[in-house]
Amino acid sequence: MSDHHQREIDPVTGYDTTGHEWNGIKELNTPFPRIAIWALLITVVYAVIAWILLPAWPLGRDYTRGLLGLNQGDMAVAGYRDISDWRGEWLAKMETGDFEVLRADADLMATAMPAAERLFADNCAACHGETGQGGPGFPVLSDAHWLWGADPEAIAETIRFGINSGHPDARIAEMPAFDWMSREERAAVARYVSGLPEGRDGAGVAADLFAENCASCHGDGGEGGLEIGAPSLRDAAVIYGQDSRTVQETLRGGRAGTMPAWTDRLSEAEIRLLTLYVAGLAEAGGEGAE
Amino acid sequence: MLKLHYNLEKVSMGLVVGIIVAASIGGIVEIAPLFSINETVELPDDLRPHTPLELAGREIYIREGCYACHSQMVRSLADELDRYGPYSLAAESAYDRPMLWGSKRTGPDLARLGGKYSDDWHVAHLIDPRSVVPASIMPSYPWLMRPLEIGLLRDELATLARLGVPYDEAMIEGAANDALAQSRPDSDGAEAVIERYGETVAIRSFDGDPSKLTEMDAVVAYLQSLGTLTNAPYELLAEGAE
Repeated sequence: MSDHHQREIDPVTGYDTTGHEWNGIKELNTPFPRIAIWALLITVVYAVIAWILLPAWPLGRDYTRGLLGLNQGDMAVAGYRDISDWRGEWLAKMETGDFEVLRADADLMATAMPAAERLFADNCAACHGETGQGGPGFPVLSDAHWLWGADPEAIAETIRFGINSGHPDARIAEMPAFDWMSREERAAVARYVSGLPEGRDGAGVAADLFAENCASCHGDGGEGGLEIGAPSLRDAAVIYGQDSRTVQETLRGGRAGTMPAWTDRLSEAEIRLLTLYVAGLAEAGGEGAE
Repeated sequence: MLKLHYNLEKVSMGLVVGIIVAASIGGIVEIAPLFSINETVELPDDLRPHTPLELAGREIYIREGCYACHSQMVRSLADELDRYGPYSLAAESAYDRPMLWGSKRTGPDLARLGGKYSDDWHVAHLIDPRSVVPASIMPSYPWLMRPLEIGLLRDELATLARLGVPYDEAMIEGAANDALAQSRPDSDGAEAVIERYGETVAIRSFDGDPSKLTEMDAVVAYLQSLGTLTNAPYELLAEGAE
């Protein structure tokens, strides 16, 4: 193999050979395809045009903006505005007005509910479950039990500012720890409370302890319904569970779950849309409601 | 030119050097100016560095490889803004060494996660993701309930300070105490943490047990801080809205 081989034209293709030969087979020196060369040239031309039209050259602390004045951040915000405006055509209706009137608007609901479903999946389902079924420590939304009231305005308020969320307007709910009680007393109260859903109450030390310590929030008979975040203890819908063991744990350590505030993350219209959706979940799954 | 290439192809090491030089040009002209252009290096006035506890959580986040599935960068695309919130600014991760933008999303982006879910949810979700999100494919991290090692935090803050993160002497010396105090709202040190790192720092027992400082405390503190270090991206989005 030598660098300076004799030019030798291949009779079939008309191309030069490289001069390499293996067992009588010679390698052709096929030229680079035209189309690739043209493509390369076109990209170079495009690059020059793009330098002029688009932000391109760095100049120390600044850069050339380009004749079109495009900016990816602004474009994204503009695109986001377009999405919002398009949605706003119907979403704006959600912003104010009576919930009952909104719910009665079938056309609006046909557009709004699929959107609400996505909003719920993205923001609420992580804790409350995809269908609002809740879980240990996270409230069920698909039943008729509401700690702060079933009124849509009350639900919207909870979504807006949360519970124990740290927001200045947040709802505050805390089950205090009864760690000053003796273990036996806690066990007795726990047994008493775990029997309430089945209607077992009656007199005794536990009933006295309950009346003194628990009734102010949970109601005299534990029936709740005061809409201050304290659950009814008669319907077995307590978030954390109402078996004797769990109640003992609750008594020992207290409970203060957090619902985040959404007012900075979602618009008022979105919050009210979710309110209707959540109220709907409760109605759909709310058989056996009080 | 073609002749030069023809000859270069015959010297393989020369070709390797040529390829490296050619490929570097693309990188240099695209990346190097970002270190000097004002738009990319100017820091918002309200940007705060991570607290020692959040920093410990960040280290655990890196240790567990969370970044392999979760990005921390909302891209400047309309649908990303719609789902996650304002797009990420370079300045937001100015104090992150290394930054954890990532590029692959098996899970969702976490850049705007802070405050979205409750601490209880994070704890339940990290211990067993399926317990709260049945369809999740995220691994479980039950061992995060073990005690947090805070002995190295002082050195870590000192190292970051040398790299330009604005930790002062008091922050460095108080690193271990601050980490402990951030998880104990009733402790004497809690005030000091607010004083040093600002009002936006969350002071609470993140794992629900104030008596023990666990890795869970650190990770949840870190996750709850994501997107809350500065208000600049939110202001930018609000301005764009007008």
